[in-house]
Amino acid sequence: MTAAADPVLPVRVVGGAARLVAATCGACGAVTFPVRDRCPTCGSEELAETLLPERGTLWTWTTQGFEPKAPPYIPDGEFTPFAVGYVEFPGYLRVEGRLTESDSNRLRIGMPMRVVAYHHAGVPSYAFEPEETVT
Amino acid sequence: MSVPTVAIVGGGIYAFGRHEGVSGLAMGVEAARRALADARIAWSDIEFAYGGSHDAGNADTMVADLGPTGIPFVNIANGCATGGSSLISAYQALRSGVYDVGLVVGFDKHPRGAFQNDPADWSLPDWYGEIGLMITTQFFGAKLQRYMYDHDIPIATLAQVAEKAFANGSITPHAWRRNPLSAEEILGSPTLAHPLTQYMLCSPGEGAAALVVCSREYLKRLPDARPVWLRSASFRTRRAGSFEVFSPALGLEIADSPTVDAARRAFEDAGVGPEDVGVVQVQDTESGAELIHLAECGLCGHGDQTELYARGATGIGGELPVNTDGGCLANGEPVGASGLRQVYEVVMQLRGEAGQRQVPGEPKVGFTQVYGAPGVSACTVVST
Repeated sequence: MTAAADPVLPVRVVGGAARLVAATCGACGAVTFPVRDRCPTCGSEELAETLLPERGTLWTWTTQGFEPKAPPYIPDGEFTPFAVGYVEFPGYLRVEGRLTESDSNRLRIGMPMRVVAYHHAGVPSYAFEPEETVT
Repeated sequence: MSVPTVAIVGGGIYAFGRHEGVSGLAMGVEAARRALADARIAWSDIEFAYGGSHDAGNADTMVADLGPTGIPFVNIANGCATGGSSLISAYQALRSGVYDVGLVVGFDKHPRGAFQNDPADWSLPDWYGEIGLMITTQFFGAKLQRYMYDHDIPIATLAQVAEKAFANGSITPHAWRRNPLSAEEILGSPTLAHPLTQYMLCSPGEGAAALVVCSREYLKRLPDARPVWLRSASFRTRRAGSFEVFSPALGLEIADSPTVDAARRAFEDAGVGPEDVGVVQVQDTESGAELIHLAECGLCGHGDQTELYARGATGIGGELPVNTDGGCLANGEPVGASGLRQVYEVVMQLRGEAGQRQVPGEPKVGFTQVYGAPGVSACTVVST
């Protein structure tokens, strides 16, 4: 692989559902996201692509109350605070991402979440969307 | 305890805060001069030096101001653990027997606002930064949110941590934040990384700290020395599965943080336990980090923090005084200097020279812990 190889996109839409693109190590079995050239657990290059499930549960979350500095951030219109969290995919991993819901009163650890594909300032990416409404 | 072999004989600090027109290097030089004066040692007697900064230049160029004596002066760069790494390097150099007396110095001068990191420098893809995930406060908020959920800690405890920090800062001459704040003011400030509000988060800043360290043998040449002993200095990086800053994913099994490993090793090497500690400085990048680090270091149980803070046990007059100089919350975090500030504070406390913020009852053992990205931790045990 050359140093200039395009990085693997973190998300792919399969049959209408957004799926995160991870890798499973053939040597140690560890699951990795995002995909890298080598397994970060054991160093093996024997990695097979694994699509994570469409759904998981919110393991933890926080908010981003101020606009991140650019670079590395790319502003996308007027800044509004957003939430980020880790979603647990049982049997695989917990993955960090932006949440589509930014109101802290409507977020709860353990709530079901779904992967969605979206573009941030033209950058193809993913987010997690709550599948229920917290009141 | 085993016979101690490495002594701290001098400490110097340049006030933390913002200093228009003063370079980070100049602050470092001044801290070094103060440490040398405190130790009553001339720069020309120093056999080696370790030092570093994150954003403020090369420590070894200080010889232009201190004197080009030809000594080995090694620049150390290790993120938030830069100061701790410098001290550990000096500790090991003295224990090896190669040198007898050296200087450790850390300084920094950061731009205002949150740290700006390039994903490529951290082996991460560009999109991670471009969409807004390359921000340290998100890690603090997310780790803390889960910790409070798992251990039933209320947000009131986070406010008590910051209230104590600013109270201690108000009686620390070299602290940045000198005004006490009430729990109500802290809780009422804007939420920046839920559950953390503005006053629960420290800011990058400026400042410098330096220590003079020597071998037991060298003390014979310093009849007026007031030594305290660096009993142990331990440095660890993360293991697979620990929950660290800038992690796009985590395993399902969360491993102990490097702080757990570093603290355990520091206590083992020193031959003392957490119950022996009379004054503590831990990394309080934000209120929750202080709570989590106390438990990770074995200084309290997970979940005990609610009760400890509610009754003021971690205040200067309490049974476990924590961050007696106001910590990072009141001093800011010039990362090159921060770990050495902690050790400087413990040295002053053990010498009984901490002024208004002196812990009563003549503490005999102090402990420090510094933590930083992407999962490094350094701990020390210091004793009289």
